[in-house]
Formats: sequence, C-alpha cells, structure tokens
Amino acid sequence: MDFDLSDDQRLLVDTVASFARKDSPLSRFRTLRDEEPSNADARTPLGFSRETLKKMGDLGWLGLPFPESVGGLGGKCIDVALVLEQLGATLVPEPVVSGVILPGLAVLHAGSAAQHEALLPPLIAGEKLLGLAYAETESRHDLGRVTTRATRTASGYELSGEKRFILDGHAADGFVVSARTSGAEADRDGVSLFVVDKSAPGLTVRPVRMFDGRRAAMLSFAGVKLAEEARLGAEGKALPALEKVIDYGAACACAEGVGLMNAVLGITRDYISQREQFGVKIGSFQALQHKAVDMFVETELAKSTMILGALAAEDEDDETRARGVSAAKVQLSIGGRLVVQQAIQLHGGIGITDEADVGLYFKRMHVLQALFGDEDHHLARFASLPGFAA
Amino acid sequence: MDLSFTPDELTFRAEARAWIYSAMPPHIREKAAVDGHFEMDEIMEWHRVLYAKGWVAPHWPKEVGGPGLDVTRRFILTEELELAGAPALSPFGLSMVGPLLIQFGNEAQKQRFLPKILAGEEKWCQGYSEPNAGSDLASLRLSADDAGDHFVLNGQKTWTTNGHHADWIFVLARTDKGAKKQSGISFLLCDMKTPGVRVRPTLTIGGTYGFCDTFFENVKVPKENLVGPLNGGWTMAKALLGHERTLVAAVGVSARVLTRAKKLASSIKAGGRLLIDDPVVRAKIARAECRLTALKMANYRALASAKLGHAPGPEASILKLRGSETVQTMYELCLDLLGHDALSWFNEPGIVPPQEQWIASNYAYLRATTIYAGSSEIQKNIIAKLILGLPS
Repeated sequence: MDFDLSDDQRLLVDTVASFARKDSPLSRFRTLRDEEPSNADARTPLGFSRETLKKMGDLGWLGLPFPESVGGLGGKCIDVALVLEQLGATLVPEPVVSGVILPGLAVLHAGSAAQHEALLPPLIAGEKLLGLAYAETESRHDLGRVTTRATRTASGYELSGEKRFILDGHAADGFVVSARTSGAEADRDGVSLFVVDKSAPGLTVRPVRMFDGRRAAMLSFAGVKLAEEARLGAEGKALPALEKVIDYGAACACAEGVGLMNAVLGITRDYISQREQFGVKIGSFQALQHKAVDMFVETELAKSTMILGALAAEDEDDETRARGVSAAKVQLSIGGRLVVQQAIQLHGGIGITDEADVGLYFKRMHVLQALFGDEDHHLARFASLPGFAA
Repeated sequence: MDLSFTPDELTFRAEARAWIYSAMPPHIREKAAVDGHFEMDEIMEWHRVLYAKGWVAPHWPKEVGGPGLDVTRRFILTEELELAGAPALSPFGLSMVGPLLIQFGNEAQKQRFLPKILAGEEKWCQGYSEPNAGSDLASLRLSADDAGDHFVLNGQKTWTTNGHHADWIFVLARTDKGAKKQSGISFLLCDMKTPGVRVRPTLTIGGTYGFCDTFFENVKVPKENLVGPLNGGWTMAKALLGHERTLVAAVGVSARVLTRAKKLASSIKAGGRLLIDDPVVRAKIARAECRLTALKMANYRALASAKLGHAPGPEASILKLRGSETVQTMYELCLDLLGHDALSWFNEPGIVPPQEQWIASNYAYLRATTIYAGSSEIQKNIIAKLILGLPS
C-alpha cells in the first residue's frame, strides 16, 4: 500500500499547480466565459485558448495517457488524475478531457494502428480536437442504448440520428460517434464507433451553452456519408471500448472534482474567517464551523476515492473497474454536491451572485456529477455487479 | 500509488482469519454469528485465547509483551477480528491506560500493571466524565486532596463502562483547586476495592448493562499511583486519545454489519419478492457500501502514512467522526430491512429468526458511538480549529 507520489509525479503536480496559479487563475476562466464571439460567423466564443492547449501539448500533459508508440508518455490514469486535480482548482477551461483524452482513448482502444497514427498525434500535440458523441435523448447513461444508425451502403455507411451535449463540440475538428450498425435499440452488440469530420455534408453542429459556462454542441446527422475506414475497429463490437473510455472519464471527473472541492473549501474557509457579523468573524460560530468540517470530511473522502477510481479505471477486470469507478463517482456526487451547496450557504447572499467565484465552482461540480454516469446510475451499476448480494 | 496489500500481508490476513475462526470457542462463535451482546466473562475468555496466541495487545511494543506487528498487520488483525464478530476486548486496559503507562509510567508502575493487563488478570475502567463534565471534560470536579503519602478522592464519575466488572479505574482528578481548569488535574490509578468506592450500573437503551456511575467517598489513593507529573493530567488525557488513530474507523465492524444487511435482504420477502430484488433497497445498500468504501480508502491513506512514520494527516482526523456514523448507518440499514420484526425486543427464540434478534438492541446501543471518545461535535470542533484554522 502506497499513497505517496513518486518524484516524477511530484514534479508534474508542482508544474501543473504553478501553471494553474500563475497562467490560468480562476479569473481567466471567467474572462473566457464572458468573451464575445471572435467573428461574425461564430455563434459562440471559444471559451478557451488554442495556444494554451498547444502549450499543454508541448508540456506533454495531453499525451500522458497515450502510449509512447503514438507519441504519448505512457502514463497512468492516476498521473492524469493528478494533473486534472490541479487544473480543477482554478477551473482551467481547455478541453483536455473532453476534446483530447476521451476521444483519443476511444480511438486508441477501438481503432487500428493506421487510425492511431492518423488521429492521435495531432490530438496529443494540442493541434486538433475531437468530440465524443455518445449521448442521445433517451440513452441517459446507458451507452448501449443507441438509436443513431449507420446503414451500410455500397462504399461504406450512411449515418443518421442525433447526439446531444458533445462537450466542447463547438470547437471540435471532428467527432467520434457511436452508432448502431445492427440490432435493436438497447442491444450490447451492434454498436460501432465512427470518426466524422465536422464539415461532413449532412452534419449539423449546433453550439450550446452549458450550466457551468462552458460550451458543447448538439449534432444532427442527416444521411452523412462515411467511408469504410471511418469505422473504428470491428463492426458492432465497440461498446466495451466505449464503456472503458467513459469510466476513464468518470475517474477524470472525480479528479477534477477533488481539485474543485479543495478550492471551494479554501475560499469558503477564507470567506468565513474574514466576514464579520454581530461584531465577530462568522467563522467563529459553531454552526458554520461544523458545516465547514462536513465539507472538509467529504473532500478528504473524495480525495481517497479519486485514487481508487483512477487505479480501477485501468483495471483489466471489468468488474473491478466498474466497482472502483462507480464507488468513486458516487462519492464525488454525494460529497461534491454537499461541498458546493454548503459553500454557497456559508457565503450567504453574495454566494448567489454571478460575481462571486463560489458560484462558478458550484456549477462546474453539478456538471461533473452529471457527466459519465450520475449517482443513481453508478449506484444501480454497483448494485448489479456479481457478488453484490453476498 | 498502490492500494493493495503485499503478498506477505495477504498471507498474514489469511492466517489471522483462519486462526480466529478456529480459536473462537463454539458458544462465542455462535453468538458472534448473530452479533449478540457478549458478557464480561465471554470477553475475558476470548481475551485469554488471544493472550495465549500473543495477539492480545497488537499495538504494544515487544519489550512489554506486544507481538511486534507493524502498523499494517495491526490494522489487518483488528479488521479480521471485527469481521469475525469476535468479542471486542475491553479497551480501557489494553488500549488506554496500558499504552499511557508505557509512554509515561515509571518502572514500578509498568511492572506492577502491564503484565496483569496483558494477561487479563486485572480489568480496567475509565473515570473521565462526570455528571457536569461531559464534552467539557476540563470542568471535572472529582477532588484528590493531598494527605501526605496519599490522595483522598471525593466525587463522582459517570459513563464508567464496565465499572461493575473492573478491578481498577484510572481517573482524572482535581489536585489543585486554585489552578485554572486544565492545569489543576492529575491522572491517578485507583483500586476499585478501596473502601469508599461504590459502583451503580446503568441499563442502556440497548437493554444491556454497559456503563456505570462510580462514586468516591474519602477514597485513599497512594501517591505512587500518580501517573506523570502532579497537575499534568490533562497532557496524559490528550496523549491517551492519540494512540492507534488508524484503528478508530472500525471499518471491519461496518463491513460485517453491511454483510449482515445483505444477507437479511436476501432472506426477507416482501411483496412477493426478496428485498434484495427491490431496486430501492438495492440502491440503499449500494449507497451504504460506497460510503464505506470511501471511508476505507481514507483509512488506507492514514495507514500508509503511519507506515512511513508520518504524523497522522488530515485524513486521520475524519476516521473517528465518519467511522462512528458509518457503524450507525449499517445497523440502521439492518433495522429498516426487518419490517415488523424490528418491533421485537428480547423475546424467546423463535419469535424472530436468530440473525435478527440482536439488531434492535445493537442499533439502539450503538447510538453511543458518535457520543463516546469525543462526540462528533467535539471532533468537529477540533477539526475546525486545528485543521481548518477557523477563528475562535
């Protein structure tokens, strides 16, 4: 048993923490969130900086989870988690997980060597972004419930259907899309992954705003023509790879969430330590202190389960993976929500204003707990694992 | 980063588990299987079994009779004992006054008391709280007046768990009435057979006897029974709370009771199906298990840090707080599963199934876990002050 960071990990954490503090403090996220569209064509601002993303690529952060054979660093999910924890502390808005890691891992797990070579290096370099398109109106968190259809044609496929809330999809150069190539709506078999260029005829990309001030896109495919080579891996067999990727995403959300919870705890502690009412610092009131301690306890628990989640996300045994990731995500949902809700409460009226930073964290946490399976989903999955009933 | 135990540690776990099962006398095993309340003679019987094995005081150093187990093995052994439902040994000698004497006692005190604690020849209880000194312990009033070669004790202690069985009591007593609160207190050892000591056991809401009121009327305590410096008792009291912080979460107890909940849900029918097949029940159990997993991971972190010799970090401070709540959650879960059977209170066998008969009693008594050894509110006060640094 060992929870200590290696020297390499410590160095990485320090570097990312220093970047977050100096180059991307919380005010940067706010500024980018409130930016006007850069040109008349763009319906939404970017919300992050492509130069910064490129810099992250140069520093090797984007390549962390990818093998050296495709230009990555061959790091573990726990390394990625340590980075995300730091980025989460100041809500660094670059689409590291949404636009690089998750679609990249989908390509890595499902795709061929030729597809790795074509698609991964530009992602790892921070030069291109892909969106991961899996959510549908009635799919909720069931990745196998897919109604988007890829129908065979003479030269490949024709893709039709709708995908919702592709994170940072407004900025993506293309999309990894789950589509049904055979079977009924909820069959585990018959789900395939395709890579679709953003400018493919028949594809409509509709940018939307999200609860947390970030951006996403809704996609509609109206007979989009795809070549055979656009498919990642064997036809109809992509669901296990997609599930692995989304579990990795859940572990990433837990890590970002822990950074966020720590930051919220810190600003709330500072706030109640200086705010005065009734002639004293309100942080001297036991009622408030105990709420702050509840926040601290949940943050410590989430930190502990974040490690479990990150280690489990890469476990080769599907059940071990599911058990660890779900337990971690449940803790993030329960604890994360408590922390941000109490943070608002302890800030009082100022916490309800957009001007107060605590609200930015509050909203991001709600997005994190809804993504990659919410509490109910993970509880149901945890309870469905073999051996649960004792 | 690695969450797993080493192969050697896993071997130790398997050995401990097998040994505990085979070493438990049949009547104790039977009671353990239903989480029954162990009487003092059963607890001491188990104490002697562990003593013979050399495992009765896993956390004591080798030179005073400990087995020389490292912190991880101590955790594993404790967890296995909890999982097995073995009688919980009385902590007052083994985990409280024993380690305190090892740290602060003089040679004579160590030689006089430690071997008998270890062998189970003398049972101890704790005299801290008083009717008007609970969470505000430092306002205690039991007086210990200097009478030359001895002190004379007058006053009352309360919540003295096992007081009616104990041979000795360690007390915090006021030796300087003029000094401010914490500074006039001393740590004394008192023979329960001394004239003037009177014990009155209290029936708990669990329907069993646990703690007592202990009265002192002109009780003579020889000065050689002072531990540490005169008026230095508060330091002793604080040191005593600092021992074995990695074990306080009782994750083994919670895990055992969780398994009981699952077994109950897998055997009780409602609405034409087993409770475990009801998604609402399943989700409730899953939530409790996920919360326990989080606590366990925090416990592992504290353990890994202790293994490296670090002082307990912030993760350790939450173990008592959250561990005690989790045990309560698990029993509450069991109680909720019982339906009408939860209404039964100490009836003859057959009214409710054996695996159900102790649940209501345990549920009720274990409301104490968030009150004893520093209530949850006191734990939170400590965290607020020492870790979060909030203003006072």
